[in-house]
Amino acid sequence: MRFTFASAELAARDGETLAAALVRNGVRGGFTSLYRGRPRGVYTAGEEEPNALVQIGSETMVRATLVEVTDGLVAEPVAGKGRLERRTTPTRFDAMNAHCDVLVVGGGASGRAAAARASGRVIWLDGRRSDPDLTLPRTWAVGIYDDNYVLAVERGRRVWRIRAQHVILATGAIERPTVFEDNDRPGVMLAGAASAYGHPEGVVAVSGGWSPRVHLWSQARGGLRWDDRIGAPVPSGDLRGVECVGSLTGEGLPDAAPFAIPDGDEEIMFVDLERDATVADVRRSVGAGLRSLEHIKRFTTIGTGSEQGKLANVLALRVAAELLGVHPGELGSTTFRPPYLPVSFALLAGRHRGELFDPVRVTPIHPWHVDRGAVFENVAQWKRPRYYPEENETMESAVLRECAAAREGVAMMDATTLGKIDVQGPDAVEFLNRIYTNAYDSLAVGMCRYGVMCKNDGMVFDDGVVMRVGEHRFVCTTTTGNAAAVLAWMEEWLQTEWPELRVRLTSVTEQWSTVAVVGPGARGHLAQLTEIALDSDAFPFMAIREGEVAGIPARVCRVSFSGELAFELNVDGRQALALWQAVYGAGPITPYGTETMHVLRAEKGYPIIGQDTDGTVTPHDLGLGWIVSKKKPDFVGKRSFARTDTARGDRRHLVGLLPAELVAEGAQIVARPGEHRMLGHVTSSYRSAALGRPFALALVQRGRERIGETVVAGGVAAEIVAPVLFDLEGARRDGVGV
Amino acid sequence: MLLIPCPWCGERDEIEFSYGGEAGVPYPSDPAELSDEAWARFLFVRANPRGAFHERWVHTHGCRRWFDLTRDTVTHEIHVRER
Ligand SMILES: [Zn+2]
Repeated sequence: MRFTFASAELAARDGETLAAALVRNGVRGGFTSLYRGRPRGVYTAGEEEPNALVQIGSETMVRATLVEVTDGLVAEPVAGKGRLERRTTPTRFDAMNAHCDVLVVGGGASGRAAAARASGRVIWLDGRRSDPDLTLPRTWAVGIYDDNYVLAVERGRRVWRIRAQHVILATGAIERPTVFEDNDRPGVMLAGAASAYGHPEGVVAVSGGWSPRVHLWSQARGGLRWDDRIGAPVPSGDLRGVECVGSLTGEGLPDAAPFAIPDGDEEIMFVDLERDATVADVRRSVGAGLRSLEHIKRFTTIGTGSEQGKLANVLALRVAAELLGVHPGELGSTTFRPPYLPVSFALLAGRHRGELFDPVRVTPIHPWHVDRGAVFENVAQWKRPRYYPEENETMESAVLRECAAAREGVAMMDATTLGKIDVQGPDAVEFLNRIYTNAYDSLAVGMCRYGVMCKNDGMVFDDGVVMRVGEHRFVCTTTTGNAAAVLAWMEEWLQTEWPELRVRLTSVTEQWSTVAVVGPGARGHLAQLTEIALDSDAFPFMAIREGEVAGIPARVCRVSFSGELAFELNVDGRQALALWQAVYGAGPITPYGTETMHVLRAEKGYPIIGQDTDGTVTPHDLGLGWIVSKKKPDFVGKRSFARTDTARGDRRHLVGLLPAELVAEGAQIVARPGEHRMLGHVTSSYRSAALGRPFALALVQRGRERIGETVVAGGVAAEIVAPVLFDLEGARRDGVGV
Repeated sequence: MLLIPCPWCGERDEIEFSYGGEAGVPYPSDPAELSDEAWARFLFVRANPRGAFHERWVHTHGCRRWFDLTRDTVTHEIHVRER
């Protein structure tokens, strides 16, 4: 097999690691240290390697000791610091979940014995070994979390998430370096590595003893105690469901030789090779008064490289103890954190990237929107048409055209993404009375009502329309992004505070689709498709009618989020596309998207919860005091309206703004140019076709008292006006002569 | 990641659950009777002990039911579970 290292072509044997092949080829140096640029060579034969880091393809900081040579492999040395590729890695990563009775970490003699002894479902893994009897060969356990949740990485390509009843750690011990002048020279390597590489010529083998690999035990919050015999910390105490065996416990490890810092130049006695940190650095840190290993680590950066102190930490402890003249056990230990080995973010992300990063929700009408060339926006996980550009149209001109159609003719929108909760039961009215700020006793069957809900602190949480479709049955709509949260909120009250209420809640967001037909021409347009009487006497505002539209059973509501005459057609989702096509085909009609919807509602001063509110806004702040019941003895949030802070006079109110030019949403509002004290901020900002000018909604301190005043919003002069900017009398909702 | 015993479904990974804070803080029987201070205490003040903590969880991505348990905030050991 041939491979290339630093432009030199070399030969490798089957199954050989890159480090082994380099050493066998007589390469003693080949690497450079990060800060001091000193020549370095392969130092270990394992995952603790501090020097031999390479770039292979798009992967950087790969340890030459861990990568098996394949024919044609090209590796370039990396001087201690890799560079992230700007392009997405083409490598495919994956993940597996597994459960077992016993997880054995480590393939050495004691791990093998533990695996043989274990019963039930056993997973036995090891990162270095590829023995065929391992359950997961070449798999590193890199992290252990609560309740024995273990993260393991198989061949750098697949993550295993393992939940184990019992974990047996047989992670063994790691050979320690020792300090002397020029101990970093190429050719100096740990005795175990020299032996693994077959004692090649020109290699100086060193050993400072052996330290148990306590990392996983310590991650699991196991205690440590200093063992004088081996000169290193060992696991101490008990941990529920975790057991240590073999040399990890110190058992069988050789006695440590007495430790002493030799005479000589401490600036070239290296403690952490990857960090270029020396005995002199440790001496400076203790000279600065540092006494704990945690502090010495931060001062010297020892143990903070990608090797994470596997070699350096215990050595640093011994050096510091000697310099301070104390017992090493008195200096404590550093905290071991996952991962045991560097793990790439791409590997952790696995398949959850690109299209699979987050689920995409689309309505049954989505294919039509795509065919029509809609520009989409993400609203929570939904794809919603933002606008439907005609040829060569910008968003601005498309939105002005769509708005004009809704105000002057007839337009239609896919409103399917609104959350819908079916509320059923004999106590449904009582339940809604407690959840919403207004009352539902008086809502007749076949009618609907706008509702706002608050949290206990009195701040607006969500809003929507509540339809009474039966004596004991309601359908509540929610904002698109809050559907799951509202259902969870309602469930919480039902289960934890009001278990006596006989009410059942069901999400029906996916089952129903909604098509809004909007504009002065809506009645005439719809009349072609249905027998339902649509005139205002027969079908008043906020009424619900059941019937067929284009032969499809529909629940039709006369609600309006634009101020115009509007009918919302609710049908079985499976028939929504057919309905949409029938409505579209019944005569000239303009489809519109969320951007137009936002402009139309803002012209009417209707807030969008989550855009014009931020969790610090009460219904009164929004000017919705009329929807807060004074008669109901209690409802969620009521008591908070009387709190001093909620009732104070200088709160921010939702107002309209007429700025000289379009202002940015989020722009700060101040009283005068040059003033810094913030009066509030712009929450919504658009160009209006109906007003022929830009306008905005804003939360402004004492806003309702400032109507008529001019303030500065994002550097632009703006007049404060009432939030309702269009059709102030509300005359248009029953339709105007067309 | 905790392994949480749902009283209805059995042990499941923490990611299936949502946290509900301290248990045993009932909604006051008559909020209107409370002083601002007492109401604020109900709204905002919760215990934060080192050791055993009685807390609420909901099995959001499972049976959607609420339950209480006692968790040691130091060891994360879950001692009791109650419906
Ligand atoms: Zn459950």
